[in-house]
Amino acid sequence: MMNMKQMIFFIALFGVALIGNAQGYKVGDKAIDFQLLNVDGTMVSLADFSEAKGFIVMFTCNACPYSVAYEDRKIELDNKYAQLGYPVIAINPNDSTVQPKDSYSEMIIRAKEKLFPYPYLLDADQTIFKAYGATRTPHVFILNKEGEDLIVRYIGAIDNNHEDATQASEKYVEDAIEALLAGRLPKVDFTKAIGCTIKVKK
Amino acid sequence: MRISFLIFWFFTGMTVLVTPLKENFGQVPTYSFEQFEPLINKKNDTTYVINFWATWCAPCVKELPDFERLNTKFDHKKLKVILVSLDFKRNKESKLLPFVEKNKLRSQIIHLYAPDANAWIDRVNPEWSGSIPATLIYNHNQRIFHEGSYTFDEMVTIIDKLITN
Repeated sequence: MMNMKQMIFFIALFGVALIGNAQGYKVGDKAIDFQLLNVDGTMVSLADFSEAKGFIVMFTCNACPYSVAYEDRKIELDNKYAQLGYPVIAINPNDSTVQPKDSYSEMIIRAKEKLFPYPYLLDADQTIFKAYGATRTPHVFILNKEGEDLIVRYIGAIDNNHEDATQASEKYVEDAIEALLAGRLPKVDFTKAIGCTIKVKK
Repeated sequence: MRISFLIFWFFTGMTVLVTPLKENFGQVPTYSFEQFEPLINKKNDTTYVINFWATWCAPCVKELPDFERLNTKFDHKKLKVILVSLDFKRNKESKLLPFVEKNKLRSQIIHLYAPDANAWIDRVNPEWSGSIPATLIYNHNQRIFHEGSYTFDEMVTIIDKLITN
């Protein structure tokens, strides 16, 4: 049985964990699963991918030029790494009353135009981007399945040149996935990039 | 070649000094981060408002008139507004310059071309996650950074405080 002191300690610890989550994830944190509407009309959860070793979760959208600039690279990442166990899961966190180009119907159009090979989900009540702590689009969170948990192993940009993929000298996401595939932790596990603000419902 | 460039640079530089509030007329220099960095580290009696924006960023464009209004609200010896465009390089001629001309922007405008943002975002402010708009208001003894939009009144309050300190 827990005595009073232990109980208070655990409540305090839980409180700290909650506050920590309000700030979003840091590398090493346990990520939550979700159930979000995909462009094909189905609901998608990470738990659906029982074979996956992890995920490249990407907060992205239609309207942001930075997200658009990375579209082909996102597709390439999924083509390369889904079969190796790390599929791309794209999530649009934006509210369509603020940015109409990011509405569910516009997402469907864009997914068809570009033939996205990965799920493109709508964070309709804007809880998942907040839980993860995404602040911009695009914003990548690489999750790694470790036991029963999904552990955040990388947070940041796809590479270090949004304008020209051929000029990128650092391919952060690829390097991180290659490390995880080799059973190592990514050397660079946190990067920053310019991006669009997430459009929050007013 | 180099000398004529220097002379040109000197005179255009002079023009900016003498008439800082003249319209930009398409004269928007493109800087690397190293060229830009001194502008966020000046140690003189002026207070600087450095706004990171882009023509494609709707909330940025929405607050631009407020930055422009600061130029008329404050003596330009005491306050200098620098609008730092993060427009893509390929859009400088097609989008940025027409935008500057159409809106007759009077603040100093810099086009920052520094794609390796992870290398420099922390040098602007470690609190910055990288989304725009973002604004740094600073003088020689205080730096206030904000990610997101400002209201005009919020900026005036901060600037008043910095100028009187």
